[in-house]
Amino acid sequence: MRGRDDEWTGLMRAANGGDAAAYRRLLEAVTPVLRAATRRGLVRAGQPADQSEDIVQEILLAVHLKRQTWDATAPFAPWLFAIARNKLIDALRRRGRRIFVNIDDFSETMAAPAAGETLSPGEVATHLDGLPSRQRDVLRSIAVDSVSIKETAARLSMTEGAVRVALHRGLASLAAKLREP
Amino acid sequence: MQTDRLIAALAADANDAPRRIGPMLVLALLAALPVSVALFMSTLGMRPDVRTAMHNPFFDLKFAVTLALAFAAIAVSLHLARPEASFKRWGWLLTIPVGLIACGIMAEMAMPHERPWLTRLIGNNARYCVSAIPLFALPFLAAALLVLRRGAPSRPALAGAVAGLVAAGLGATLYASHCVDDSPLFVMVWYSIATAFVAAVGAVAGRRMLRY
Repeated sequence: MRGRDDEWTGLMRAANGGDAAAYRRLLEAVTPVLRAATRRGLVRAGQPADQSEDIVQEILLAVHLKRQTWDATAPFAPWLFAIARNKLIDALRRRGRRIFVNIDDFSETMAAPAAGETLSPGEVATHLDGLPSRQRDVLRSIAVDSVSIKETAARLSMTEGAVRVALHRGLASLAAKLREP
Repeated sequence: MQTDRLIAALAADANDAPRRIGPMLVLALLAALPVSVALFMSTLGMRPDVRTAMHNPFFDLKFAVTLALAFAAIAVSLHLARPEASFKRWGWLLTIPVGLIACGIMAEMAMPHERPWLTRLIGNNARYCVSAIPLFALPFLAAALLVLRRGAPSRPALAGAVAGLVAAGLGATLYASHCVDDSPLFVMVWYSIATAFVAAVGAVAGRRMLRY
């Protein structure tokens, strides 16, 4: 786990220095680990494991919006697992369970692959429809249709700056909506 | 939504280096300062004999205690804004102002006094003290909570309570320059009650505001 943690820390440092590719690689690298730990946490709480993807996405959003709280001189993994643990507890509480989640669930977890294409659109997609129209259109374009910021700007006749602002606000509103009980 | 698409969107939003909370907290408290000072000057104002009072070590001690509380609580606040923070590791900083006031009480007890200790403890201004400190603390508390919303505390109520200690420390610093009660006994009792009240308000607000 040592090598993995060091790699994550290095990627996050690069990401904070403005390296978006490193950031993306980091998020892709942590996702399978978060997925496996979340599944395990759900099963332990007597919940169906197929809800894990919603929780993984919620964790990723929180990681993104709270990345300023990571201290670049500290290792990345404990920070990540603390956020993941908090989000899993929140999710279980919303489902009516008060559960103590062991942090070892995360730190000792091996990666789990995605469960293939899920049929349900998921919580994030459901909340997407409730966003203000600008944010919704920008997020749909970038996150659902995989269109770049530049093309999204052209598509919606917005400036690139306005697309960036709408993207950021949209992600923040999504996180806020997911937090509601 | 597919998770890999969400990741692509997050990466697209990551072009700016995230802003650190520490400097923002300091700026926000500085911004709240004129508001609290205006409240203070328009209600109580400094005591008339403030220049001679400055030569009284027990008058000065009040500021050492309140500022120690504020600075220790700022450090603990910033720590608690991190999800992996543990209160145990940094919480001891908050005992510094307690230690200072304890030293003050022992020093004062060792000195001869015209007034009995209970009179000094009850003082003249207790009612002002417990209402004015929270009033002057309020702008600082609002400023601190607004910045700490950018944090990711694992214990939002505790983080809010410590933000309350920051605000109470700064509010009490203003109030201390008005109050003619310089006895550390008075400070220990009445300032603590006011501080506990602000911390409780902070805890309730933090529970709602600082969840992420």
